[in-house]
Amino acid sequence: MKKKTSEKLVFSFLKAVAAMIVVVVVGLVGYILVNGLPVLSFKFLTKPPSNGMLAGGISSAIAGTLMIMILTMVFAIPIGVGAAIFLSEYTDKVDPRIIRMVRLSINNLAGVPSIVYGLLGLGLFVLFMGFRFSVLSASLTLSFLTLPVIIAASEEALRNVPMAYREASLALGATKWETTRNVVIPTALPGIMTACILGLSRAAGETAPLLMTGAAYYIPRFSGSIFKQFMALSTHIFFMSTQSPNPSLTRPIQYGTIAVLLIIVLSMNFAAIIIRSRYRRRFR
Amino acid sequence: MTRRDERPIEGALFFSAILAIIILGLIFVFLVKESLPIFSEVNVLEFLLGREWFPASFTNPRFGALPLITGSFLVVITATMIAVPIGIMTAVYIAEIADERVREIVKPMIEILAGIPSVVYGFIALVLLSDIVHSVFNTTYRLNALNGAIILSIMILPTIISIAEDSIVAVPKDYKEASLAMGATRLETIRHVTLPAASSGITVAIMLGIGRAVGETMAVLMATGNSPVATLDIFHSVETMTAVIAVEMGEVVFGSDHYSALFAIGLVLFVITFTINLIVDLAIHRKGSLRR
Repeated sequence: MKKKTSEKLVFSFLKAVAAMIVVVVVGLVGYILVNGLPVLSFKFLTKPPSNGMLAGGISSAIAGTLMIMILTMVFAIPIGVGAAIFLSEYTDKVDPRIIRMVRLSINNLAGVPSIVYGLLGLGLFVLFMGFRFSVLSASLTLSFLTLPVIIAASEEALRNVPMAYREASLALGATKWETTRNVVIPTALPGIMTACILGLSRAAGETAPLLMTGAAYYIPRFSGSIFKQFMALSTHIFFMSTQSPNPSLTRPIQYGTIAVLLIIVLSMNFAAIIIRSRYRRRFR
Repeated sequence: MTRRDERPIEGALFFSAILAIIILGLIFVFLVKESLPIFSEVNVLEFLLGREWFPASFTNPRFGALPLITGSFLVVITATMIAVPIGIMTAVYIAEIADERVREIVKPMIEILAGIPSVVYGFIALVLLSDIVHSVFNTTYRLNALNGAIILSIMILPTIISIAEDSIVAVPKDYKEASLAMGATRLETIRHVTLPAASSGITVAIMLGIGRAVGETMAVLMATGNSPVATLDIFHSVETMTAVIAVEMGEVVFGSDHYSALFAIGLVLFVITFTINLIVDLAIHRKGSLRR
């Protein structure tokens, strides 16, 4: 009987710890939205900063972030999904030691700090290849950073495709690539999409690598050129809260910017969760 | 029917895969190449153990990385000590105790926690958490190591929880059933059977959490106040290796000693995270059962 009581006590304690985490999450997101949503207006979203960064909107930062996200995906999706296809479908074509090296590298890349990717971007793209501080340098850097996320999640999706699907296609006379393209990839598509969305969401929120590859404190008007410097939501939050001439005066702008970034990032995460749960149900 | 030659496609896929090796190699090569010049100014030991970091001084620049190394160490160890018990308890709760409905609420919450960008955590630490820490502990510095450690502990929770939970779930049912059949309670089973059986996975979870904490930049940068002082006082303002790179890289002359010293700090960071990942990888590979 005594055992049962202590067990109940411990279990309630564990429940309280888990509940505390839920409270922290709801509190964090709620705090940002309560302070940030009232700031959002059509003008805030469509006007650039004005009055020496003390007023105005965040249009140039939104444009910069969107452009970087798109360009990052243009680089990262083909390569990431390609690598995943190779690791899931074609491993029998090469020496297993190479595959082992590739996997080791991917796992390791996933653990490399984002600031180190920033150093690589600065050394490789900005200086060595001469892309300077630009949207291009930043996007290439972020595409490296998102690759491990995309590869790991896509490969899992591809591996979940039942072997019978492949065998049926091969038995009908399709080649390896025809089978992969027409059977395996379409079946795994929801999982691959989830992988890409998760990578995209990570790219949207990254800050440190952008500071080193071309994010500017202020740009009067977003040029739209991938060879120019840019403003981004994440770096805007950092600059406004730490380096603005008056961080307390511009607090509303900071909350508004965070709310926009959080809405972008979390809606992508939600989309990924929803796609994944539907996909799972379909396979059962 | 004529068949197209599929070798170009296979070649492209193969290239995509080995690009991972190439990127890892590029990181290493560039970190070494750019940090070499500083080691002709100071030797490796002077760099790692020097207590003074005044890289921008015109008359007498000093490149001692010790304050930054202790800064990272202090924040990461404190964050780990906070996050590990909370993370493992939550993982046990989700995996063994909670019913399906509760699980469906808690797990997405943890995914949200993982999805929040680090600059947002940094902002929270700067404007909200710092006031709480400051008034509770009555600290001299409004921004300090503890403030950074607390926000960091929240950020590494998702890593620890999800991997620990996976390894607890992966413990074979027979183990638990055998224990329960012997008359052990659920709590005794968790303590003496499930957790020991999942211990290697939980170790991996903790190590990956530490790896993530070491590399975290924006949140600690905005939370810790950034004064490069070699101290182990958690109420003191400190600067981490990641933060110093992010803060100072914007002000350096490319190719200067200062620039090179920042790359050298990046190299130290890379070596630390690389080692952690390699150990984890070998552990998983040897065990064979646990997948990341």
